[in-house]
Amino acid sequence: MRQNFPQWVASGTPWVWLTAGAVSLSLVMVFGLLILVGANGLAHFWPGRVAALELRLVDGGVARVLGEIVDEETVAVARVRDAGGIVPDDMLVVTRYLIKVGNRDFSGNDFRWIAETEITKLEYPSDAVVAERSEWGNFYGFAQSLREADDPVVTENLWDAVAERLARSAAFRAEIAQIERHEIGGINYQIERLRLRERERANDPAALATAAASRADLQTQFSALTKKLADLRKQNQRDKLIAHTSDGTEAAIPLSSIVRAFRPNQMSWWQKVRHYGIKLAEFTTDEPREANTEGGVFPAIFGTVLMVIVMSIVATPFGVVAAIYLREYARPGPVTAAIRIAVNNLAGVPSVVYGVFGFGFFVYFLGGSIDQIFFSNKLPAPTFGTPGLLWSSLTLALLTVPVVIVATEEGLTRIPRAIREGSLALGATKAETLWRTVLPMATPAMMTGLILAVARAAGEVAPLMMVGVVKLAPSLPLDTDFPFLHLDRKFMHLGFHIYDVGFQSPNVEAARPLVYATALLLVVIIMSLNLAAIQIRNRLREKYNAADH
Amino acid sequence: MTDVLLSALGKAELQHRGRRMLKDRLFGATMAIGGVTVIVAIVTIFFFLLWVVVPLFRGATLAPRSTVEFPVTDVVHLALNEYADIGFALSAQGRYRFFQTSDGTKLGAGDLLPAGARLTLLNAPNHGSQTLTLALDSGEAVLARAAYHVSFTENRRITQPEVIFPFGATPIRAAPSELPITVITAEANDSTATIAALTDRHTLYLTHLAKVESLLGDESSLEQTQVEISVAASDIAYALMDIDQNELYLLSKKGHISFYDIRDKTAPKIVEELRVVPAGTTITAASFLSSGISLLIGDSKGRITQWFPVRDNENNYRLTRVRTFSSLAGPITQLAPEYSRKGFIALDAKGNLGIFHATAKRTLLVKPTLVAGPRGLAIAPRADALAILDNEQRLHTFEVSNKHPEVSWRALWGKVWYEGRAQPEYLWQSSSASSDFEPKFSLTPLAFGTIKAAFYAMLFAIPIAIFGAIYTAYFMQSRLRMIVKPSIEIMAALPTVILGFLAGLWLAPLIETHLIGVLGATFLFPFVIFFSAWCWSRLPDTFQQRLPDGTETLLLIPVICATLWIAMTVSQPLEQWWFDGNLPLWLAQELGITYDQRNSLVVGIAMGFAVIPNIYSISEDAVFGVPRQLTTGSLALGATPWQTVTRVVLLTASPGIFSAVMIGLGRAVGETMIVLMSTGNTPIMDLNIFQGFRALSANIAVEMPESEVNSTHYRILFLAALVLFAVTFVFNTIAEVVRQRLRTKYGNL
Repeated sequence: MRQNFPQWVASGTPWVWLTAGAVSLSLVMVFGLLILVGANGLAHFWPGRVAALELRLVDGGVARVLGEIVDEETVAVARVRDAGGIVPDDMLVVTRYLIKVGNRDFSGNDFRWIAETEITKLEYPSDAVVAERSEWGNFYGFAQSLREADDPVVTENLWDAVAERLARSAAFRAEIAQIERHEIGGINYQIERLRLRERERANDPAALATAAASRADLQTQFSALTKKLADLRKQNQRDKLIAHTSDGTEAAIPLSSIVRAFRPNQMSWWQKVRHYGIKLAEFTTDEPREANTEGGVFPAIFGTVLMVIVMSIVATPFGVVAAIYLREYARPGPVTAAIRIAVNNLAGVPSVVYGVFGFGFFVYFLGGSIDQIFFSNKLPAPTFGTPGLLWSSLTLALLTVPVVIVATEEGLTRIPRAIREGSLALGATKAETLWRTVLPMATPAMMTGLILAVARAAGEVAPLMMVGVVKLAPSLPLDTDFPFLHLDRKFMHLGFHIYDVGFQSPNVEAARPLVYATALLLVVIIMSLNLAAIQIRNRLREKYNAADH
Repeated sequence: MTDVLLSALGKAELQHRGRRMLKDRLFGATMAIGGVTVIVAIVTIFFFLLWVVVPLFRGATLAPRSTVEFPVTDVVHLALNEYADIGFALSAQGRYRFFQTSDGTKLGAGDLLPAGARLTLLNAPNHGSQTLTLALDSGEAVLARAAYHVSFTENRRITQPEVIFPFGATPIRAAPSELPITVITAEANDSTATIAALTDRHTLYLTHLAKVESLLGDESSLEQTQVEISVAASDIAYALMDIDQNELYLLSKKGHISFYDIRDKTAPKIVEELRVVPAGTTITAASFLSSGISLLIGDSKGRITQWFPVRDNENNYRLTRVRTFSSLAGPITQLAPEYSRKGFIALDAKGNLGIFHATAKRTLLVKPTLVAGPRGLAIAPRADALAILDNEQRLHTFEVSNKHPEVSWRALWGKVWYEGRAQPEYLWQSSSASSDFEPKFSLTPLAFGTIKAAFYAMLFAIPIAIFGAIYTAYFMQSRLRMIVKPSIEIMAALPTVILGFLAGLWLAPLIETHLIGVLGATFLFPFVIFFSAWCWSRLPDTFQQRLPDGTETLLLIPVICATLWIAMTVSQPLEQWWFDGNLPLWLAQELGITYDQRNSLVVGIAMGFAVIPNIYSISEDAVFGVPRQLTTGSLALGATPWQTVTRVVLLTASPGIFSAVMIGLGRAVGETMIVLMSTGNTPIMDLNIFQGFRALSANIAVEMPESEVNSTHYRILFLAALVLFAVTFVFNTIAEVVRQRLRTKYGNL
């Protein structure tokens, strides 16, 4: 009894399929997005092959291009023609490749679209060199020779010599970074504290004398370090790599500016894996380079984590206390119900509103008052009267407190009445009942709330833009200078990093892979937190379902 | 009974018991305090926002500061310095006097004229560069200006007032010597000056002076040109020249105005002549508004009108009346514009003082000053003080508190006619590089942007989310549901900055190159799904039975992927065939539809994606919660599953679905990062789906860190936040209440 078409339509089956299609579309979008972010984020660290292309030009000449093929698309020929590409008349669509040609200091552009029809020859020369530099982006070319203080280095195997000298240069760089960041940074911090102490005790000659003495001492240390630094920098500039680009331009690259150099076309699979590992490690543990478009995101990870921790320290106890109050102490009635609805709704208030509140209330109102009272010697330079870590944490704590309240309340509701009554019947006070039986049982619910709060806070960006996040923080908010945790400092954040690098950076194309990697990192963190929360919640439900019987 | 128990306890036990009771009470108190603190903190948000916003809507206040005897008679001009502690007065004889405003102490005095010269006429405007023009009986003129040098010694401010002559103290020839000057006006900056002098023979002499640097740069000489214009009107009483020396207005007592374009100093031309007051009234005061674009005209009936040149379709400027203020009763005697804002102060003959703001069309204060026959009015450059001289030789100074005159309900939400624009418009432009800038604070384009974003997002999200919810809750196999539901729900936790980034950097360029594919796929999906369902139903039964009921969605995933892939693949060839290879360009050229790369379509998809999980999750709960007996009953009566869904399930669950849509709407309205990153953030009002917009939330995120604390701009951004807060709160509350009702209803069923 097969239905004919009208019967089939009348049965409503097509509509059911349509609703099924909506689910399929959602799933395609969800997993498509995860795959998109995952694939782009993970691919970034893999050393791509370097292609040498020979192109024909409009005037009949030939151009050579060396670079990595990073993207391709098939577009209508008009678009390629508009961009100045050569396409035969009989074609409709043409594939074009996005080549990362690097060498920004020579050509100005480090990316180039090349249509398939322009390419006359494509090969992967085994001696092509990629050099990641500390400025001007990547260099693509061919190594020629090494020069040591203007004298050519005579060597059997050029590449081994380069590797060896790059290692030497890396050691210097590490030492320079150590001195610059930690030792000189520390001295600067102490000098600033001295200056403030002098201002504070301007009328106490004895104190001023001691301060002057320690200042002189610090100055000596400082000049010794600067001298050492200059010395190190000079030594580091000794070697130069002489290389030529694909069009024959010769370049002398100081080894001091090369972060790493490799020849991807002759790397073995194992070497590529190793390279991948090193790059991944650099990404998670190193500082950003080149206006955040290269290097790592360690300060952003650190800032995000620290901000979330400070936030949790504030939000959790208050959220839990509020939930206990609402569930256990407040008299049930219309007022409590209204408060509950209000708390629920606050979770839906746009985060940017919290940002505005944090900016006006915390930063200017509270922070300004704190500065007046406690840090008046530093004024007009603000201490807490400016966006910073503390205010960001408090703003996000306010934003996430409803999440903790709702989750904890749910946990408290699920605890069977019998358990409470049993405890009370045995003579325990209300406090003892709560403390010894109810709260321990509700711990997983609190954990769920905390995890959800953390997941929400880690992904929020809009409020942070107003209350303390910066694109590049000069120093971490936690360091070895007293008082170690600097709640007044500005910090970097993964989410803001994505926004900033992806949208404010001068070279978006070059930054894109790094943004994908950062996005992937953030997605992984937040998804795992959420999955953990779901797991805990499920286990909690099972536990109490068992307790009910 | 208790007593018996207690008496059985020993002392130690009693103490222990007391401690426990104390602990119990302390615990309870801590919880109460903590709980109430959190709730109060949350409520604080609302009140703090309100507290910052409220001053915007307060009017101005005027508080008398001092009244002192002032010895100079026949004062024609009065001015104050920036701190309002020093005043400047000029008599009709050309004598000036600097004085302390608090007690009238003389700080300096002198004569503006060279010895022996006789003053016939004096023009002392209170707008522009405040250049004083003194006409002599010899047809010559002297330009002068009051200046204040401020220095700081030991944290104390010392102000040194003096009079400067920007073009020298030697008189400049402004008209032939034999003709008495009847009206004179002038403007001067560092290098050029223009003097307009009207003689009693109806001839206007326009004199232009330019300082020419010599080649060596150490000396400068004056270059002087003069042209004559004959003027028809006979009773010219006022002449006004703007600060840029581009426009000249001659006003007659009876209300005729002649508007001259004097940009070319050698060939000034008349632009327009018209009557600006109704018959039977006369002009009693005239002035420019700050920056010299708008003209303020006060008449004998107490009306003040604002006029400025408006460019018409033929590119001609016409002087147009823009606003009328009629809160004062008597003839306007004095008009004093603020120095940097578009506000002004007016006095009428009855001694009433009015504080107005032009852009906002706001009357901030009307108050009798109780000053007899006010003669002189001066406003401090910061608009925080003013001085009035009465005809009994007393100088009254007042403190003015008028922080946010530029905001009114009409200015925020209505169409406002801004200076230099062709018609009233909704505009948002909070800051500009130029100093004579009129801030444009209309929240309408921003609210429009927010609504536009929410509209397209909901258009995308609602069908997918609700259809998906129906299928998941009602048709889907339960094992599959356990995987599918959390997979979609978890997307709600995805940081929106990632969605924004993908929308702006991946989706926007993709849609730009594959517009046909994206639009085509959207329209094709339903048909493709119908078609595949039909094909499936034609397959042999044995084949169909392999797929368990409620797993159709798995079958459709490859179908959807394939449709997308095909749509993307054919998109470019089709574009080449039909639209010369570039659809956005074709749209712009052939249909005049502007295409921005980051447009509302991109936002709709990205934000739709962000709200789908919210709507889906709540609707799914609502549909799933529909009591089983209702659906089984319906099926038992012979309804098909789809009939059951549309007639029973959806009807019962509709409040839940409504609340889901409300929650989704709340989220879409407040979402910041997606709209910030995937639109161009230009505050335009255009329904075109291919154009961007600027949403309230994105505007806050962009402008808040740059706004000056407690400035009008800062408070308006707070107002925007308050609006977002209120709107989302209302949406969420409705949703919450509806959901709670529904829960009770299901409970009863």
